[in-house]
Amino acid sequence: MGKRLGLTGNEAVAYAVKQADVDVIAAYPITPQTVIVERLSEYVANGELDAAFVPVESEHSALSTVVGAAATGARVFTATCSQGLALMWEILYIASALRLPIVMSIAARALSAPINIHCDYSDVMGTRDAGWITLFAENVQEAYDNIVQAFRIAEDPEVLLPVMCVHDGFILSHCLEVVEVLEDEQVRNFLPRRDRPNVLDPSKPITLGPVGLPDSYMEFKRQQDEAMKVAYRKVKEVGKLFGELSGRYYDVVHAFGVEDADVVAVCMGSAAGTTRYVARKLREKGLKVGVLKIRMFRPFPKNEVRELLKGAKLVIAMDRATSLGGAGHPLQMELATTFYTWRQKPLIMSVVYGLGGRDLTPMDIERMFNIALEYAKKGEVPEEALWLGLRE
Amino acid sequence: MVSIGVVWPSFPKEIRTLKDLPREELLAPGHRLCSGCGAAIVARMALKALRRPTIVVVPTGCLEVATTIYPYTSWRTPWIHVAFENAAAVASGIEAAWKILKKKGYRKEDIDVLVLGGDGGTFDIGMQALSGMLERFHDVVYICYDNEAYMNTGIQRSSATPPGAWTTTTPFGKVWPGKLERKKDLIGIAVAHGIPYAATISIAYPLDFIKKVRKALEVDGPAVLHAIAPCPRGWRFDPSETVEIARLAVETGFFPLYEVENGKLKINVRRTKPVEEYLKRQGRFRHLLERPEYRSFLEWIKKTIDEMWERLEKLEKAGVV
Repeated sequence: MGKRLGLTGNEAVAYAVKQADVDVIAAYPITPQTVIVERLSEYVANGELDAAFVPVESEHSALSTVVGAAATGARVFTATCSQGLALMWEILYIASALRLPIVMSIAARALSAPINIHCDYSDVMGTRDAGWITLFAENVQEAYDNIVQAFRIAEDPEVLLPVMCVHDGFILSHCLEVVEVLEDEQVRNFLPRRDRPNVLDPSKPITLGPVGLPDSYMEFKRQQDEAMKVAYRKVKEVGKLFGELSGRYYDVVHAFGVEDADVVAVCMGSAAGTTRYVARKLREKGLKVGVLKIRMFRPFPKNEVRELLKGAKLVIAMDRATSLGGAGHPLQMELATTFYTWRQKPLIMSVVYGLGGRDLTPMDIERMFNIALEYAKKGEVPEEALWLGLRE
Repeated sequence: MVSIGVVWPSFPKEIRTLKDLPREELLAPGHRLCSGCGAAIVARMALKALRRPTIVVVPTGCLEVATTIYPYTSWRTPWIHVAFENAAAVASGIEAAWKILKKKGYRKEDIDVLVLGGDGGTFDIGMQALSGMLERFHDVVYICYDNEAYMNTGIQRSSATPPGAWTTTTPFGKVWPGKLERKKDLIGIAVAHGIPYAATISIAYPLDFIKKVRKALEVDGPAVLHAIAPCPRGWRFDPSETVEIARLAVETGFFPLYEVENGKLKINVRRTKPVEEYLKRQGRFRHLLERPEYRSFLEWIKKTIDEMWERLEKLEKAGVV
């Protein structure tokens, strides 16, 4: 068993980044991510981490700087959330298209307006189509484990894509938990240095980021899509390898009670723990409910979702973000597409919760399950999303 | 990713005359910049001044779109384009990464990092990233090829467009005499960061140009070079006259050649001709000379040039900036 430390989500992320022996860190402080940047600068200041810490003047420059650094072959890291992630938006697409294995931590936070520093996924959901592998952590341990795995996934020669590791703002970023960390040596061995092709190298000059006109642009995009398919497989492989190393095995989803459940709640991040807690209580009462946690949001784990929810009558899509005016909310749309293109089509009920850090209580979840069970019995779902905890 | 192979020249140790320059071209011919393009000459001459292998960063603009249309490239150096406003941030990352990779033993050779950005990517949308790079003191040479408007999108004004100039967003008419505002002082802003070297350069003065690029590469820390890059399409002159226009800009005092080394300003070329000699050669200014209603605005333009010279001469005399 490894060392056990008391760490907040942000501290756990910084600790993992230090153990990954990154070369370049460029980041700009933003609540609730700031502590990551502070810890990393401390590590560099006291010589625990031999890295270039570039204190950039904005998030746009933070991602641009790590793009430049990664293009030379360096191992790089940045962190942000909310407005900072929105400011990076333009460069997100370029980072993935240039096939740069950047690792970025997101302490998920609502987007303005109104300005709000608390958790929801409106920031991350805005990056859905940006070509980043996206992993969600349920707790501080997972926040640590995801970062270690992210470098291995991103730098895989068959992948070469950036990875976004999400942990919930405040709920996890500032929550102190006992975390089991690996030895430095173990992390170093898990993340071997690999020579990468197509880097800025004077002995082999390349042109990186050329103009792609109508005769080449589509092929570039198709190649990225293919890389995402490889990434799907690799995230699973790395999760297994990490399990062999640490005893903590990871898959792209985590299921609870789905085998015999009529109603399964699908959620991401810290909500999964509370939802499972409630589901367990309800199951003790004989109600057939389950929980499916999506750990990997991009690429979306279609196969596992179909396989694990094949017996469910009704699936609850728990969205911590909205798609204003959309046909549904982000996770709901993913699930709807996953099933519409498959032979089995459970009912999908949309639930919006926790916007701007609104608490998600066990009572809310119990109510959600009860409503869902009623609809499952009737064989229909409401047109509109159920907004949990909304004052109306 | 595109590559046309390695042809690093034998880098001259010192450049005394134009004969010391390498014959090899690091910007290969066949690119799609317009005939008579000043930016192309700036890029080609800057690459002649290199002292060792160099990574080139180019923000979005004419130089970028016309030299790297996949699957072709004109660049024989490692080269990267990321976006419009972030060349200085990308260069910061490259410089920081190379230093630490060398320290950790992953890289052995020394390199230089060179940015070639237009006035849009430098004066305007890229100003914040440039300021950040200068303040953090990255050892990068930033050359702005200034064609005094957004030429890539079709001649719209920038903050580098001089007053009185016609552009598609500063047309002259009953109300406007062309662009109303002064040109932003790039070197003044760069120098305010306390950087070791900043200078203006003109393709009509090749030895001065190349020596300044070399000096910028050699100083420890960031350097900013502001190059005048006449644009036949946007400035409305014949493509055969590019270098002549770049010379007249200096001779008439419209674009003074000077350098600021460790806070000391030195004017390299004095003005000897009236401003009208420069203005009358370009369609973008001709209305100022031909239409009496713009005469007072022309007088104001001339006054701003006199004021600029007065300030530069005072600074040179004082020996501090």
